[in-house]
Amino acid sequence: MQKYSIFSLVKNALSNHKDWEVAWKDPEPKKEYDVVIVGGGGHGLATAYYLAKEHGITNVAILEKGWIGGGNVGRNTTILRSNYMFDSNSHFYEFGMKQWETLSQELNYNVMYSPRGIINLAHSDAQMNAYARRGNSMRLNGIDAVLLGRDELKKMIPFADFSDTCRFPIHGGLMQPRGGTARHDAVAWGYARQADSMGVDIIQNCEVTGFDVTDGKVSGVQTSRGSIKTKKVGLCVAGSTTLLADMLNMRLPIEAHVLQACVSEPVKPLLDHVVTFGAGHFYCSQSDKGEMVMGGDLDGYNSYAQRGNMPMIQHVLTGGLAVFPNFSRLKMLRTWGGIMDMSMDGSPIIDKTHIDGVYLNCGWCYGGFKATPCSGWVFAHTIAKNEVHELNADFNLERFHSGKIIDEKGVGPKPWIG
Amino acid sequence: MLEIRCPYCGKRSQNEFSYGGDGNIKRPTLGEEINTKDWDDFVYFRDNPRGKHTELWHHTSGCRQWFKASRDTATHEIFATCKMNEDFNE
Ligand SMILES: Cc1cc2nc3c(=O)[nH]c(=O)nc-3n(C[C@H](O)[C@H](O)[C@H](O)COP(=O)(O)OP(=O)(O)OC[C@H]3O[C@@H](n4cnc5c(N)ncnc54)[C@H](O)[C@@H]3O)c2cc1C
Ligand SMILES: [Zn+2]
Repeated sequence: MQKYSIFSLVKNALSNHKDWEVAWKDPEPKKEYDVVIVGGGGHGLATAYYLAKEHGITNVAILEKGWIGGGNVGRNTTILRSNYMFDSNSHFYEFGMKQWETLSQELNYNVMYSPRGIINLAHSDAQMNAYARRGNSMRLNGIDAVLLGRDELKKMIPFADFSDTCRFPIHGGLMQPRGGTARHDAVAWGYARQADSMGVDIIQNCEVTGFDVTDGKVSGVQTSRGSIKTKKVGLCVAGSTTLLADMLNMRLPIEAHVLQACVSEPVKPLLDHVVTFGAGHFYCSQSDKGEMVMGGDLDGYNSYAQRGNMPMIQHVLTGGLAVFPNFSRLKMLRTWGGIMDMSMDGSPIIDKTHIDGVYLNCGWCYGGFKATPCSGWVFAHTIAKNEVHELNADFNLERFHSGKIIDEKGVGPKPWIG
Repeated sequence: MLEIRCPYCGKRSQNEFSYGGDGNIKRPTLGEEINTKDWDDFVYFRDNPRGKHTELWHHTSGCRQWFKASRDTATHEIFATCKMNEDFNE
């Protein structure tokens, strides 16, 4: 594989960029693989990469019904953080934060990891207390957290509404300085390129339509490009999880919902951090191109349509204008949506299943982009060793029967109530 | 914007309603012995089809009645709505 560097850039510039190697190949599916990964989003690509890199399993296919990066990995607002309170989440996401710090070097691909800090605004004394508690439990787990007062925040985001008369005055906030953003496409492409170079077949326009299961054991998959034999299948299909689980007679604690995001026209640098409104559904960061990248909450009813509805955009931006009134002058560039695999406790499922050789990776809700490296890493371990890793042991399916659910937000099994 | 026909008030804009999820789950009968597996299924496991979905809606900013809707989760077409004690007349 060609190494990307300043020298390769200069060299290829001299030949008018005509001699770059393709970043990944476009192979025909083989008859059989050791492992088949369904879904060429961030998690599927990362899983294949770590299978090859950490476990030496390279006879792997990624089957993607569309094109890699066309799902949620290319639709999200790219926020990275590990500001959780529960141990299972903290340990898992913090392991991921450490991976982000060196991911560009590891993949030889600039994923533009930007630790610009994520600030959750607080609008009441009670919320400040809750944030102090969350910050303390983060620090007990070795995660960076800083409680910010109103005056400190005034210096960081002076254009926010700091008047005393506004409906939700800013009391302060909780910041994770190492939190931030990364370039979503680069993450997908970086993993794809490295996985391909180690022998993984990335097969696009290949939809999985069925599974061959005999005596509780998987022996292959049916696809729109023929049948493929394999003893191990990993599902990384995010919002489509239930559709594939139905083919396996598996009923899951998952609902599909659409989440929207939008970007404004590009403007000069204004917002240096990721900021979330604490009294409603709104969060924002400024992209390197200058666009304000904004998001909020689910449309609020089951949906498999990769597009949303206006009432939620209006609701989210109303919240946005309450914090940043000057945004009212911005023009909207575009809005879009992605189908989320919402689990019933808001936490992911990374586990084996009742079928020998079928492994499940789903339930990412709002936050699966930041999990891409660690999800791929533990899922590769789970598939290679046929046992869960310590880091994903709590993210099992059994918890919906054992009662050990991980309901960080405390909203109960109603994903549309944010 | 969805237009939803409340069985009591008629067609109104989506803004007046809130969602209640899967309309097919049945709460285990009160007072009867129930094993924990069935209870967990009731609490955590849902129908999640791509296509026709039976679901509950609440006319929150209207008559405040709950009712059932049959809606396509991919196209958002609403085929029918009916009162809680009725069946769809499709
Ligand atoms: C608007 C929006 C904002 C978000 N913001 C954030 C954020 O700020 N931070 C964060 O951490 N997370 C965020 N997320 C969540 C995050 O994007 C997802 O949790 C994560 O990308 C899901 O994993 P993935 O990348 O593998 O999914 P995807 O990219 O969706 O990959 C799944 C793939 O499976 C394929 N597939 C489905 N069915 C089949 C089949 N039968 N056969 C073959 N292939 C199939 C799909 O085509 C798709 O490419 C956001 C999501 C959305 C929609
Ligand atoms: Zn009504």
